[in-house]
Amino acid sequence: MASQNISVPKTPINYSIRVDKVGVRARIIRAVRIAAISVVAVIMLIPIAWMSMTAFKSRPDAVAVPPKVSFEPTLEGFVSLIAKTRQLTTEQIAEYEKNPDLNWADRIMLRRGQAIIGVSEYPRRFLNSLIIAGVSTVFSVSLGLLSAYSFSRFSIPGAGDLLFFILSTRMLPPVVVTIPVFLMYRAVGLYDTHIGMIILYTVFNLSFSVWLLKGFLDEIPREYEEAALVDGYTRLQAFRKIVLPQAVTGIAATTVFCLIFAWNEYAFALMLTGDVARTAPPSIPSALGTGGIEWARIAAGSMGFLIPVVIVTFALRKYLLRGVTFGAIRK
Amino acid sequence: MTHVALHNIVKRFKQVTALNDVSFLIADGEFFVLLGPTGAGKTTTLRIIAGLEKQDAGSVSFDGEPVDGLMPADRDVAFVFQQYSLYPTMSVYDNLAFPLRSPLRKLPEADIRRRVEQVAELLRIHHLLDRKTARLSGGEMQRVTIGRALVRQPRLFLMDEPLSNLDAKLREALRVELQHLQKSRTSTTLFVTHDQIEALTLADRIGVLDQGRLIQVGTPTDIYDRPVTTFVAQLVGTPRINLLPAVRDDGTLHVKDSSLKLPVPAQAALPAEFLLGVRPEDVRPGSGGEFTGRLALTEPLGAETILHIRSGEQTLLSIVPGIAPFRLGDEICFTIQRDRLHFFDQAGVRLPS
Ligand SMILES: Nc1ncnc2c1ncn2[C@@H]1O[C@H](COP(=O)(O)OP(=O)(O)OP(=O)(O)O)[C@@H](O)[C@H]1O
Ligand SMILES: [Mg+2]
Repeated sequence: MASQNISVPKTPINYSIRVDKVGVRARIIRAVRIAAISVVAVIMLIPIAWMSMTAFKSRPDAVAVPPKVSFEPTLEGFVSLIAKTRQLTTEQIAEYEKNPDLNWADRIMLRRGQAIIGVSEYPRRFLNSLIIAGVSTVFSVSLGLLSAYSFSRFSIPGAGDLLFFILSTRMLPPVVVTIPVFLMYRAVGLYDTHIGMIILYTVFNLSFSVWLLKGFLDEIPREYEEAALVDGYTRLQAFRKIVLPQAVTGIAATTVFCLIFAWNEYAFALMLTGDVARTAPPSIPSALGTGGIEWARIAAGSMGFLIPVVIVTFALRKYLLRGVTFGAIRK
Repeated sequence: MTHVALHNIVKRFKQVTALNDVSFLIADGEFFVLLGPTGAGKTTTLRIIAGLEKQDAGSVSFDGEPVDGLMPADRDVAFVFQQYSLYPTMSVYDNLAFPLRSPLRKLPEADIRRRVEQVAELLRIHHLLDRKTARLSGGEMQRVTIGRALVRQPRLFLMDEPLSNLDAKLREALRVELQHLQKSRTSTTLFVTHDQIEALTLADRIGVLDQGRLIQVGTPTDIYDRPVTTFVAQLVGTPRINLLPAVRDDGTLHVKDSSLKLPVPAQAALPAEFLLGVRPEDVRPGSGGEFTGRLALTEPLGAETILHIRSGEQTLLSIVPGIAPFRLGDEICFTIQRDRLHFFDQAGVRLPS
């Protein structure tokens, strides 16, 4: 490239002179790239930022026209999400204000003329979501891993047909099968139970997890396990010591995908749960409120709903970067 | 150690018959080399002995005991794989220690350390012990792989082309090393290669495998001097043996399309048409030779030179020591070593001579 005008330095250079770090052109390209990525990131993040802001707005601020960018943050949205409230009359408010043992949450609600009379449904539904999505993800990934390993390593008669059958369970969209599943669940007493939802999500995710994990396991040469077998290990020990560490990227990717599905699932949850096992997604619309739309409350609920997925994805990001390329960048 | 016997092993994969009625014995402490071209079934043989693959028929026994029902772990063999077998998530040390940490052995960690270091010293990989295996060079990986077999004292070593990924110099060094190791430990070893030089230099005995059939078993001398088929004759020896179509005419043997004539050896019962095999070192140029030919090509290799001599329509290869003083196109006189001729019938099977 620039070989014509290389000048030989008089003293030895003992710092990096990599062209891609200091060249003017390289620096411009880098700057452009960063700018482009920043623009995309901002566009993608605006709705989330807006949602987060709304979650901290008071009721008038949330619906203000033109929208307010600077406002006084309040936890009103969160408190009204978690608490069950009652509208007070003017006299009641005056009476309440004299009460000495009001905590901060009470005061926030009192400003809106409401009294906290208990805990709302949201925390319980959120917990239901955590339990159902978490347990079903663990099951679908671990069962999927075992069956994917069998498909990948042993010669199973009719393996191709079986795999297709497993995939076919995923072909109908949930809405189509909810009614039959509802009838069956009601008949066997699984309607509105945690176990019922866990089984349903596990089965629904299993096809996906078997296929995805099989792809990852196929990438791991069997010589590794065979070497371990010869070295004095059983198949199960070889699987644990040799295969698992190499499959972490695949397991991480599958976990995130399964979790996101189970966490976000709406149609089944709406039809198959009533109260006991109801998860968060079908309860967000019911947070719309009775008198006027409670934007702050909805935003707060959505934000809480985002957090677990963000935490898991963030915790697994190291593996995901390699995992979501589906093993394509193995050397 | 152990002596090993294969009895009539057959292995089929869908359409291919990878092994077709293979039987041989490996004596206690013997270095047995399986030699064959790619696809011959060498790896399959090792995998069946190790228990990684089930044969369709036949049986394998160690010390006279059939091991067909045993799991790989219980057969107590060490396997050096042709590719991919260093665990990428572990350090070199852990790779070497892995076989020793098997629940079957329950060795104390101090013993493990001692043995790993001993082997690392031996293979000169001591400086690599803390490294991850992914960034080792091919030669280093290969040595670690061999080391992982050597840390144990198994009943049998199975080595699948362990030197194939190395450069010529390292290969030579490791070859000598392996030979020395094997002799000093007198460990029974089954070594697979497609490299005839490796086979000839390392083996106590060689088994030649082709398309799933064991064609010949014998010492390197047997294989080189008395190949049972043209396939074996061509497989060993560089440059390749000269195979010339010939006809018998009473007491004389004529090489087709050339003026070469030799008297038929007295004891040989030759058919009318056959193949004559002459090793290049038995074609000896020199003044006063009884045949003449034209020098078509020379390949000087330093220590020796390969001459391509045209005689009529046939080309004979000859190998002579040093740099030969011949020029292309020269008329060359040469003799053929009479007592080292090989005769094969049209199908390539050795004829008694
Ligand atoms: N798992 C398998 N499925 C189908 N065919 C196989 C399998 N393993 C081996 N074969 C076939 O069996 C034959 C022998 O294979 P093998 O690996 O033993 O050859 P090899 O002598 O080790 O060759 P190379 O020198 O290339 O390693 C080949 O034709 C191969 O394609
Ligand atoms: Mg092979």
